[in-house]
Amino acid sequence: MFGFHYRLERKTIGLVLGIIGVASIGGLVEIAPLFTIHQTVEDAPDMRVYTPLELAGRNIYIREGCYACHSQMIRTLRDEVERYGPYSLAVESKYDHPMLWGSKRTGPDLARLGEKYSDDWHVAHMINPRAVVPESVMPSYAFLQRTELRTDDLSDHLKAQRKVGVPYTDDMIANAAADAYGQAAPDSPAADGVTKRYGKATTVRAFDGKPTDLTEMDALVAYLQILGRLTDAAHKPVATAEKKP
Amino acid sequence: MVAELTKNERQGALVILLALAVTGLAMAAGGRGDPFGIHGAMVLVAAIVGIFAVIGGYYAPEPSPERLDSYYDSPTKFGIVAAMVWAVAGMAVGDWVAWLLAYPEWTFDAAWASFGRLRPVHTSGVIFGFGGNALIATSFYVMQRTSRARLPDQLTPWFVLFGYNLFCVIAATGYLMGVTQSKEYAEPEWYADIWLVIVWVTYFVLYLRTLNRRKEPHIYVSNWYYLAFILVVAMLHIVNNLAVPISWGSAKSYSLFSGVQDAMTEWWYGHNAVAFFLTSGFLGMMYYYMPKRAGRPIYSYRMSIISFWGITFFYMWAGSHHLHYTALPQWVQSLGMTFSVMLLVPSWVSAGNALMTLNGAWHKVRDDAVLRFMMVAAVFYGLSTFEGSFMAIRPVNSLSHYTDWTVGHVHAGALGWVAMITFGAIYASVPWLWKRNGMYSAKLVEAHFWLSLAGTIIYVFAMWNSGIIQGLMWRTYNESGTLAYSFVDSLVAMHPYYIARAIGGAFFLLGAIIGLYNIWMTIRTASQDQAAQNVADRPVTEPAIGAPALQPGE
Repeated sequence: MFGFHYRLERKTIGLVLGIIGVASIGGLVEIAPLFTIHQTVEDAPDMRVYTPLELAGRNIYIREGCYACHSQMIRTLRDEVERYGPYSLAVESKYDHPMLWGSKRTGPDLARLGEKYSDDWHVAHMINPRAVVPESVMPSYAFLQRTELRTDDLSDHLKAQRKVGVPYTDDMIANAAADAYGQAAPDSPAADGVTKRYGKATTVRAFDGKPTDLTEMDALVAYLQILGRLTDAAHKPVATAEKKP
Repeated sequence: MVAELTKNERQGALVILLALAVTGLAMAAGGRGDPFGIHGAMVLVAAIVGIFAVIGGYYAPEPSPERLDSYYDSPTKFGIVAAMVWAVAGMAVGDWVAWLLAYPEWTFDAAWASFGRLRPVHTSGVIFGFGGNALIATSFYVMQRTSRARLPDQLTPWFVLFGYNLFCVIAATGYLMGVTQSKEYAEPEWYADIWLVIVWVTYFVLYLRTLNRRKEPHIYVSNWYYLAFILVVAMLHIVNNLAVPISWGSAKSYSLFSGVQDAMTEWWYGHNAVAFFLTSGFLGMMYYYMPKRAGRPIYSYRMSIISFWGITFFYMWAGSHHLHYTALPQWVQSLGMTFSVMLLVPSWVSAGNALMTLNGAWHKVRDDAVLRFMMVAAVFYGLSTFEGSFMAIRPVNSLSHYTDWTVGHVHAGALGWVAMITFGAIYASVPWLWKRNGMYSAKLVEAHFWLSLAGTIIYVFAMWNSGIIQGLMWRTYNESGTLAYSFVDSLVAMHPYYIARAIGGAFFLLGAIIGLYNIWMTIRTASQDQAAQNVADRPVTEPAIGAPALQPGE
């Protein structure tokens, strides 16, 4: 073996091919099957895609680096399920490009945050976290309330999402900007389009408290309120398990 | 610097810079109203500055053929200074955000100044800015010496270094503007990623070209590690960053993968960025500088072989230990845990090989802070690889994951191993490169060493304590069978440790600032004090092609 290596290390190309070969195996064995084994991701027929406003909110969550302190992955451990809710399923992030499972909980997990607090609470919390949680170390995001949401490229966002596999329809892509306005202005004519395209259960509210203008705060709160609510799949296995005895 | 390029290379540099300027202009025009346009403008300005620099030196006399009798070290000199500047900047931001976790009001009411945007500036600044520049600079130095061959030309190494630093600047300024893919340690967006691929492939080809000119039949072990670092980082970078931009005028892209597949790809990348950026490359550094400084040969050739291939094979399986108890299928988690535990063997073989190399030179470790930096680095390498394997065990991970313990572990490796071996290598190289008898101040090297060691220990102990306390509080039940503590209770308990951590970080930062000052003064002063020229420190040149005959000493 060492004699073989003694010859190998005299050849640049031998070392290069050796490194590529040896280093490729682990990834091939662990990653490739995740795309082919069907059980890797559960079926969830009731799963819906993010609305344009929620997607814009998700992009703000990414932009601000929220994932650095908040996970969105409840592990299969008793204390986590009791603290945060049913453990996360793979299907729940199947439309998440990229996923935001996170790796650190400087703040709590957010996988089931949706509708846990009111919109008002979220807005107050974003403007000054210590106004509602005195011990919090979260930064203030007051500027979101002052910043108008960019909507002119939302159709491009949905198109790119469709390219990577999220089933947005032509109708959704064409009306992306209008739907973003409509979801945060319940009394406007655009609001009906949102429920028509994304389902009756879609939350249509003036998320930042002001239906007249569409801010980044609207988008972020809309996203936080949908967390864990795109599908009910995670709640079902627990329900059937309880019925059995 | 332009004076060192040949006429052809000056023309080549102009062509590259013009192409870059056109790209920057197109980006600036296409991305108006988007951070993409701002980055385009920055690329344009950088290219124009470069064009002026090249034109300014264009008519300088060509470098003499005698340059071929010595190694080409100017890029290494630049890389070392750049690494130290990035170190101070990256660590300063790191310490600032550490204070923000204790006192969240110590910032400005502006988007760029929030923890979430500054944190990747810190991580990329130290990993890619400091670590990357140090790796590229030392690899140029080491591959020339161990091959006894000069770099094949003068332009390519500068392209690699400037190109790489342009990538780092685009990355860091992007985060401040909110441009991020959110993939940890792979945050830069699609256009920066494409640029890095171009730079990286050039780097790889440069490495091969130099190795092919070598006058030594065997490729030295440092070069195996540098090669693995270059090759595998390229593989990881390309696969993990596959994404679809929303338009050609926008910084935003969407990852090709989603959910569980994306999580596995990201941590396959993330863990092997640790393996091949922060371990393999720095082991290459250690295998050259430690025996050189100690004046002892590597303890065991066979241990070098076992650890090299062991690390290259096992590490690639270990990434899934970042996803224990998640929605990732359990078979992948189990594979990740198994290989993480096995990984301890090649890791400790490496650390052991390094420490045994010091046998017979321990008196030098006692007296020489530079060698002591390297020795402590090898010890921390051994400690943090043990800790890593331990934390990869599922039940241990159930406690440690999501807590500050992970942060402590990362910093035991990053401060104790990566930064310390780099400081050791840089302190060893600077007098060699600038032909000085020694550093400007040995006392300041000594001070830097103790500040680094104290800072690391304070930091790591603070995070071990806070991480384990956090993990235990989250899972503690009271007599009635309900969770004993709210999340906020655990947050309050962290406060003293967050202060301690920020103090430890400040120690480490202060050491780096002293280091930069000491290096700067070494370069600036005593320029008349020519050290005895090391006649052996030059490439083997072919007498047939008209180069001067070898010195008698060789």
